[in-house]
Amino acid sequence: MSLKRPAKDQPEAFEFNSSSLEAANTIVAKYPEGKQQSAVMALLYIAQRQNNNWIPLAAMKYIAKFLDMPYIKVYEVATFYSMYNLSPVGKYFIQVCTTTPCMIRGANKLVEACKEKISKNESELSAEKKCSWIEVECLGACVNAPMMQINDDYYEDLDKEKTLKILDKILTGETPKPGSYRGRISNEPENNRKTLMDLKNA
Amino acid sequence: MLKDQDRIFQNLYNNLGSDVTSSQKRGDWINTKELTDKGRDWIINEIKDSQLRGRGGAGFPTGLKWSFAPKEVKSRPHYLVINGDESEPGTCKDRDILRFEPHKLIEGCLLASYAVQAHVCYIYIRGEYFVDGQKLQAAIDEAYEKNLIGKNAAGTGWDLDIYIHYGAGAYICGEETALLESIEGKKGQPRLKPPFPALIGLYGCPTIINNVETIAVVPTILRRGGKWFASLGREKNTGTKIFCISGNVNNPCNVEEEMNIPLKELIEVHAGGVIGGWDNLQAVIPGGSSMPLIPKEKCETLTMDFDSLVAEKSGLGTAGIVVINKDQDIIKCMARIARFYKHESCGQCTPCREGSGWMWRMLERMAKGEASKDEVDMLGDVTKQIEGHTICAFGEGSSWPVQGLLRHFKDEIKKRNKFDPIVKENKNIPYLVDQHLLDKNA
Repeated sequence: MSLKRPAKDQPEAFEFNSSSLEAANTIVAKYPEGKQQSAVMALLYIAQRQNNNWIPLAAMKYIAKFLDMPYIKVYEVATFYSMYNLSPVGKYFIQVCTTTPCMIRGANKLVEACKEKISKNESELSAEKKCSWIEVECLGACVNAPMMQINDDYYEDLDKEKTLKILDKILTGETPKPGSYRGRISNEPENNRKTLMDLKNA
Repeated sequence: MLKDQDRIFQNLYNNLGSDVTSSQKRGDWINTKELTDKGRDWIINEIKDSQLRGRGGAGFPTGLKWSFAPKEVKSRPHYLVINGDESEPGTCKDRDILRFEPHKLIEGCLLASYAVQAHVCYIYIRGEYFVDGQKLQAAIDEAYEKNLIGKNAAGTGWDLDIYIHYGAGAYICGEETALLESIEGKKGQPRLKPPFPALIGLYGCPTIINNVETIAVVPTILRRGGKWFASLGREKNTGTKIFCISGNVNNPCNVEEEMNIPLKELIEVHAGGVIGGWDNLQAVIPGGSSMPLIPKEKCETLTMDFDSLVAEKSGLGTAGIVVINKDQDIIKCMARIARFYKHESCGQCTPCREGSGWMWRMLERMAKGEASKDEVDMLGDVTKQIEGHTICAFGEGSSWPVQGLLRHFKDEIKKRNKFDPIVKENKNIPYLVDQHLLDKNA
């Protein structure tokens, strides 16, 4: 259970724009009639995407009305799950995995790089307000450890140098290429593949 | 080593393409109708014969689970839910299925839905796998286009709709009832069992929940026969499994291998050996972070399947193998795992909510050598107080790794933490609850 608090400065109102509204209606249609509450998680994502990667309280109220459910239930969901940002984060939101499998392969070096390039503390906006970073729990790419996630994309097989390069690119406004930084396309053992050999050269 | 033609996930390394045409070349979707024509009972029996056990961690027999679904659909519809909330540290197998073998999963959904008479299937994917989820969505769209799912799916006469539901970063939603709560749009807090989801599950309707890997192997089992699957591995631990080998090895990788493969072979042959050589090995976590670690001596002869690991007081879990070599501080590694559990506890049951933080704080101090001698036993006591006293298995999951550490590395902890019990030594430590005892003795 993570501790999260909504931001102090909250916008007055929130409304879905037309593309969000369309997306929201498609999602509600996925669930049986009368069970529209199921769509709350997806709708919070949509609100987050529309509102610069964070969810204001007004959006929760709007979603509660939209799905005909109590506001507190939306608030509960938004505070329970760790991927909903309740206060502003950078346009580039960096999540560094530091759980054991990444830790023993040197995730702390990635954290160091973030501290050097972005901000001293986690969840703090960088000087030009573009980036912020946090430490997170296992992101499920342990074979590609250490790794980090920037917005939706995974950056895998990193070390400090490579991380610094990626962060430099981000700070200049470029989006670096996601995926493995040792050139893997999958989770195959590098230069040591013993299985499915005839397919490799097919 | 398993023969290549016996590997189910031919595209594990994405050499062949994950789109529907390439998948059909590999044999997916070729005779789905023939399989369903043989009937529900045949499908369930074939899965029972294969002795397939759930790949999500608990290892429950899949055929048996399916047979719990009511035989007739009454007023409440049936649902099939696929658990792709893969968050166990050390595990990353489902991600490869979602992105490289989506059609195996989708076809498996159709066959399983047919067997348990579900017309709607939800695939729950952890929110962080957004990109991989999009790849699965593309595959689902493809399947709809080719009429492989939807009305009269693949010509079987069965209607099936598949929807993806994204999680949002809660490990606990991998627990099946928490997952259902999450799909219903609530906080992911597990429900009491019984009633089991097979009778009262999603929206109060009969629901069968399976892991991504379990469902993805179903089409191949039905095509090649339960007997073929049962001939791999050993009795009750049959078939193949994707092993994820991470941590201090030269070539961390995912590899599909036969059950009951020696751990040493996985590490030495597939993962290129331990960094610094086999003698530099300290311990191995055999099945994702929830499973107690295994010290080096036992790794020599250990075989990887459900029962042989239970005999070593550990478990196969999700088969996420984390190799820890001697350059690492084992207490610190476990403290980090304890921090993971403290962060991920849903907060519903007091022993887990409070205990997971307690274990983490103690282990952090033990790693620094700031704990007293008697605290080692106290830590063991705390784990026993959590284990078995919670609604879901998270209590076990968080206390087993600590118990494993105490079982095999107690000496290491004691060597580092030599303080006498605080009360005797009159040491001013502010977090001690019975601080007042100090004053009395002073």
